Amino acid sequence: MQILFTLCGLVAVGFVLLITVYLVLSGIPAIRQIGLFPFLFGKTWSASQDEYGILPLILTSIYGTAGAIVIGVPIGFFTAVFLAKAAPKRLAALLRPAVSLLAGIPSVVYGLVGMCVLVPALRNWLHLPAGDSLLAAILVLAVMILPSIISLSETALEAVPREYEEASLALGATELETYFRVSAPAAKSGIAAAVVLGIGRAIGEAMAIMMVAGNVANMPALTRSVRFLTTGISIELNYSQDGSLQRQALFSIGLVLFLFIMLINGFLNLVLKREREE
Amino acid sequence: MRRKLYEIAGRVLLYGCAAITGSLLLFLIGYILYRGLGGISWQFLSTAESVIHGTVGILPAIQNTVFVIVVSLLVSIPLGVGAAVYLTEYARNRRFVAAIEFASETLAGIPSIIYALVGVIVFCTALQLQKTLLSGALTLVIMILPTIIRSTQESLKTVPQSYREGALGLGSGKWHMIRTVVLPSSVDGIVTGCILAVGRVVGESAVLMYTAGMSTAMQNFSLDRIAGASGATLTVALYHYAKENADFAVAFSIATILLILTVVLNFSASFLGRKLKRS
Amino acid sequence: MKKVFAIALAAALALSMLAGCSGKQQGGTVNTDGSTSMADVMGALTEAFRAKEPDITVNYSGTGSGSGISGVLDGTCDIGLSSRALKQEEMDQGAVSHVVALDGVAIVVNPKNPIADLTTQQIADIFTGKITKWSDLGGADAPIAVYGREDGSGTRTAFEEIVGVEGACTYTNEYGSTGDVIGNVASNENAIGYASLSAVDSSVTAVQVNGIAPSEATVKDGTYTIQRPFVMVTKEGVALSDAAQAFLDFAMSPEAAEYITAAGAVYPN
Repeated sequence: MQILFTLCGLVAVGFVLLITVYLVLSGIPAIRQIGLFPFLFGKTWSASQDEYGILPLILTSIYGTAGAIVIGVPIGFFTAVFLAKAAPKRLAALLRPAVSLLAGIPSVVYGLVGMCVLVPALRNWLHLPAGDSLLAAILVLAVMILPSIISLSETALEAVPREYEEASLALGATELETYFRVSAPAAKSGIAAAVVLGIGRAIGEAMAIMMVAGNVANMPALTRSVRFLTTGISIELNYSQDGSLQRQALFSIGLVLFLFIMLINGFLNLVLKREREE
Repeated sequence: MRRKLYEIAGRVLLYGCAAITGSLLLFLIGYILYRGLGGISWQFLSTAESVIHGTVGILPAIQNTVFVIVVSLLVSIPLGVGAAVYLTEYARNRRFVAAIEFASETLAGIPSIIYALVGVIVFCTALQLQKTLLSGALTLVIMILPTIIRSTQESLKTVPQSYREGALGLGSGKWHMIRTVVLPSSVDGIVTGCILAVGRVVGESAVLMYTAGMSTAMQNFSLDRIAGASGATLTVALYHYAKENADFAVAFSIATILLILTVVLNFSASFLGRKLKRS
Repeated sequence: MKKVFAIALAAALALSMLAGCSGKQQGGTVNTDGSTSMADVMGALTEAFRAKEPDITVNYSGTGSGSGISGVLDGTCDIGLSSRALKQEEMDQGAVSHVVALDGVAIVVNPKNPIADLTTQQIADIFTGKITKWSDLGGADAPIAVYGREDGSGTRTAFEEIVGVEGACTYTNEYGSTGDVIGNVASNENAIGYASLSAVDSSVTAVQVNGIAPSEATVKDGTYTIQRPFVMVTKEGVALSDAAQAFLDFAMSPEAAEYITAAGAVYPN
C-alpha cells in the first residue's frame, strides 16, 4: 500500500518535472535558431515575416503588471485594513464573502464586462480611435488581483498580536495611527506576500486581457493596442503548426514566462519563509 | 490640527477603498444580471444551438462542463488524496516531502496558458487524443492536483494523533488505520478540496479552449464515442459567443449562469470549511 | 487491500481503453477545426447533416484558417477548414483541398460612417497607414481605427494578397475571429475592417469596392475582386473515418448548395 501512496506523491513531482523539461526542451530550439539576443530584444514579432522578437511582449507584461499593482495594491491594502480592523462586524461579514466571490468569478467574465463597458468608455473619454489598450488591460488586471491582495493582507493583519495594538492605544495613539503605524508594519511580510502573489496572478492572466488589449505586438504605450507574453502565446497557439519555428517560438515565450513565474514564486517562498521565522 | 487631518484622511481612505471594492462587485453583479438574466429561459438551458432555426441553447456547454468536471475529478482525487496520505502518514524522508510540497506549490503558481501549451503538445498531439474534452480534462488534472493535495493534507493534519495511536494500539495495520480512522475523519477537507477544484475547472478557459475544442454542437457521450467528444464548456462558449459571434446577449446569459455557479460553489466551500474548523 | 487494487486496476483499464479507442477510429464523431469565416456555412452544413445522419456528431471549432490547416497536418482534427486557397508549401506537406464555397471579403465600416465607396488604392492606403483620417476621404474629422485579423487568418491572408499589402499593414487592433471584427466595427464609428461577406449583417456597412457592391452575384461572376474560396482540408495518405468521409461527401454534393447559399456564401459550381 505504501508503494501506491508513494507513487501518488511522485506523480506531483513528475508533473512539475514533465512541464519543466518539456518547456525547456521545446523552448530552446527556437531561441537557438533565432539567437538569444534577437529573440529577447527584437522589437518585431511577425510570424508571416519570420521575425520573432519578444521585447514588446516582455515590456508590455512588465508595464501591465506594474500598472495593475500600482492601482490594485493601495485599494486592496486599505480595504484589508478596513476589513480586519475598522469595519463594523456586520459590514465585514457582508464584504468578506463578496471579496471571495470576486476571486471566484471566471476570467472570461471579467474580459466580457471589460470589453462591453470599459473599452467603449475609454474610447469616448480619451477620444481614441479604439479603446482596446494597455490601459484597459491594466484596469481589468487591477480588479482581478484585488481579491488575493485583500484576503492575504487581511489574514496577515489579523495575525498581529492584540497586545501590540493595545499597547499603542494605551500610549495615546488613535485607532487609525495604531492601524497604520503598528499593525501594518507588524504584518509587512504578509502584505508583501500578498503583493507578490498579485504580481504572479497579473503576469499569468491571459483570457481576460486577450479580450480587452487589442493584441497587436506594439511597443507598450498606455492607449495603444498591446500584446502580453501570455496573450502572445494564446493568440497564435491555435494556428501555429506543430514543429514550425512559429510554434517553437511560442514555446520559447512560454519558457520566458515560466522563468518569470519561477522567479516570482521563489521570491514569494522567501518572503513567506521569513514571515514564518518571525 | 494635523492629527485631526490625519484622522480624517485615514478614515476617508479606509472607507473609500472598501466602498470601491464593494461597489465594484455590486456593479459587476448588477451589470451581468441586467444584461444576462433576460436571455435565460428553459429553452436556452435545455436545447442546442440551431443555425437553421435561429435559436440559441447551451445544453451542450453544460454537458461538456459536467463531463470535464467528472473526468478530471475521477483522475485527480485518487492521485491527490494518495499523495496527501503519503505526505502526512508515510513519508519519512524530509527531502522528498519538501520536493513534493515544492512541486505542488509550483504547480499551483503556473499560469493556465502554460498548462494549455503543455496540454496541446502532450495530450492532443503526442498521445493523439486530438482536441477533445478528454484531453482538456486530463490537462486540468495536473492543474487541480495541488488544490486537492493541499486541502486533503490540511484536514489530515487536524486528525488527532491519539486516534492513530489508538487504532494502531488496538492492533490494526497502518493501511487499515488510515482507511477506517484517518480518511473518514478528514472527508470534509477532501470534499472542500473537490469543491475548490470544481471552481477552478468551471472558471478555466485558456486550457480548454486549446485542448478541448470550441464546438457548440450536442455531443454523444455513449461509451464508444466518449473519447471523440469535443466541444466548448461554459466559459469557452462565453468566449465563443462574445468574440466570434459578437452575440453579447448570449454571452451575458452564460456569464449569469457562471456567476450563480460561483456563488453556489463559494458558499458550499466556506460552509464546509467552517464545519471543518468546528469539528 | 485486494479491493483497492481491483479498483485501481479497473480505473487504469478504463483509462487505457479511452486512450486506445481515441486514435483514428472516431466512431461517429467528426472534429473540424479552422476558419471563423466559415462559422455560418459550417453551422448550416452540420445541422443539415445531423438531420440526415443523426448518429454522426460533427464538431466545429472556430480557431482560424492557419489553425485548421496545421490541425489536419498534425492530426489534431479530422477535417481542416480554410477560408483561403492552400499555399504550395502546405500542399507539399500533404494538404489536400476541397473547395466547398466561394466568399467575398467585405470591407466593413460603421453604419454611421458616410463613406460608401472606396477604391482598391484607397483601401491599401488606409491599411498601410498612408491615410489616417476619415476627413481625407470626405468623411468626418476623426482618426481611422484600422481593424484586422490575426496573422494566420485566411481572411487576412486573402485580403492582404488581393489588395497588395502583404505584411505592410499597420493595424490599430488585431482580432481573433470574424465576429470579433464585425462586433468591434459595429461599436466604433471610427473603425474599418474586413470580414467574410457571409457573416456581414445589418450592424455594419459593407462598402462598394471600385463601385461594385459585394453580393452573391458579384462574387460569383468575379466582378467583386476581393474574394476567396472556402476549403475543406484533408491530408494525403491519411484515410478519413467513415463518418468524416460521409460529411465531406455531403458538403461537396449538390445537396449542400441550398445550405451554403442560405448561410450567405456562394456555391461554386
